[in-house]
Amino acid sequence: MAAIEIQGLEKSYKTGFFHNKLKRGLQPLNLTVEDGEVFGCLGPNGAGKTTTLKLLLGLVFPSGGTAKILGCDLQDISVKRFIGFLPEQPYFYDHLTPLELLDYYAQLSGVDSSERKRKVDKALARVGMSDSGTIQLRKFSKGMLQRVGIAQAIVHDPKLILLDEPMSGLDPVGRREVRDLVQELNEEGKTIFFSTHILSDAETLCDRVAVLNKGELKGIGIVAELLHNVAGDMEVVWNGAQAIPALSALGARCHATGDVVRALLPERSLEAALAALRKSQARLTSVTPVRTTLEDYFLARIGDEKPNEVNA
Amino acid sequence: MIGRLGAIAFNTYREAVRDRVLYNLILFALLIVGSSILFGQISLEINRIVLINLGLSAISLFGIVIAIFIGIGLVSKEIEKKTLYTVLAARPVRRWEFIAGKFFGLVMTLTVNALLMSVGFFAAVLYVSHKLGRGDLQLVTAIYFILLEYVLITALALLFSTFSTPVFSSIFAFAIFAIGTFADDLRGFAQMANGLPRWLMTGAAYLVPNFASLNVITQVAHDVAVSPKLILLNTLYVVVYTTAVLTASVWIFERRNLK
Repeated sequence: MAAIEIQGLEKSYKTGFFHNKLKRGLQPLNLTVEDGEVFGCLGPNGAGKTTTLKLLLGLVFPSGGTAKILGCDLQDISVKRFIGFLPEQPYFYDHLTPLELLDYYAQLSGVDSSERKRKVDKALARVGMSDSGTIQLRKFSKGMLQRVGIAQAIVHDPKLILLDEPMSGLDPVGRREVRDLVQELNEEGKTIFFSTHILSDAETLCDRVAVLNKGELKGIGIVAELLHNVAGDMEVVWNGAQAIPALSALGARCHATGDVVRALLPERSLEAALAALRKSQARLTSVTPVRTTLEDYFLARIGDEKPNEVNA
Repeated sequence: MIGRLGAIAFNTYREAVRDRVLYNLILFALLIVGSSILFGQISLEINRIVLINLGLSAISLFGIVIAIFIGIGLVSKEIEKKTLYTVLAARPVRRWEFIAGKFFGLVMTLTVNALLMSVGFFAAVLYVSHKLGRGDLQLVTAIYFILLEYVLITALALLFSTFSTPVFSSIFAFAIFAIGTFADDLRGFAQMANGLPRWLMTGAAYLVPNFASLNVITQVAHDVAVSPKLILLNTLYVVVYTTAVLTASVWIFERRNLK
């Protein structure tokens, strides 16, 4: 059974003073997230990532299409017992302490009263907040709130965890900790669906990713396969500045430091570049393929398109 | 369902009682009750009447102010701060449960406030009258009616909160309270008109909540008994009106996209 099955899900908003204009927040989307995988939803701001999450969670209503979560329709509220959710830039009841907040959420999720204290303590410990459990949330920094946000998403031991920009606002250490936690949760068999625009995190964590832009799905697949299909660059290093004009003509970006020249050029131009170097009698030092990143794939998919203005 | 509703209600109550503004308002109300003793002393023979009038009016007014100022943010503030997301998105909480929980939480807060203010009020009455008798049970009836006022205004503030901003919600709620306080006058005015204006005014008079019939402060201040029939009718009226308003709130909130 797929953890998430989306079929033609779409969302339009009425805008304008008389609500007579229609703005597409999400074009019909087809997507399946398999049970037990880490799935990343990538896209620039306003791409439709948060809209997709809100549609799945029943915060906004679809204009068309259907979706199933853990085999249940979106209208079936009982499935939410098995879902954890971290909103983007989470803000919680700041009059509460983390212990009170997590207890409240656990109660709403239907956790048995005899189990609650243990689960709350465990969730706080997992995000390294055991010592701050009795401090009111209004005194917390953004990074600490993010940790509490993750704790509330896992306090009821959900099967599916949806994270909206989980690394946002975190310092490098915090990001690393969240990455490790996501991996741990996945190893425990939980399905993770997260949206992000930090591509390195997605590349490290995800089994599969989908790229959204302007509310439209631009690509989907296993990270390694997606990267394989993107034409990469080659790095060529040699001695002899006299060869720079010939390589620049082939589209290489050259940087000279004294007599040593380093150039980045498309893989398809490599043969011609080597021939040009031989002709100019330059001394070749190295030829190295530049690793294709998810960023390259991402930029290749969204091209020069400007991000959508719909932020919902 | 009861567990979730109770949890939301208790959280609403806990949020309100941890707000310092609430204590300032209660303290201010108690100060007015206390100062009414002084006003009574400069009013020959009617010091008790002045105390009851001023004291009960203070309890009513400050409770209404608290109900409106907390009530208008019950839903809109949760949407604005996005605290609602973690409750409705990933917990098996129905939207109507959220509305009902918020409503009961605020009513619970207001009831505790009213009890606190009433203790101060009865202490003042005891100080002026030197004893409390069976006749003073009328004062309890008046306080019960004030509680009914709180229930009504909380439901209305909550209704406005489901579709409007806090500023507009407070304007609407205060306006409705002011009009409802003069509901009897509006009906009398309608009787004097003819044709379409008469129909419109009569309709408006019955549509706005009748706060006038819940105000028996002057009556009890003059030791005029409140009939059991009025207690029953007022209770039924508030139950029916509040249910209708809450139903409208749920109807709106169920259809709202939480962007």
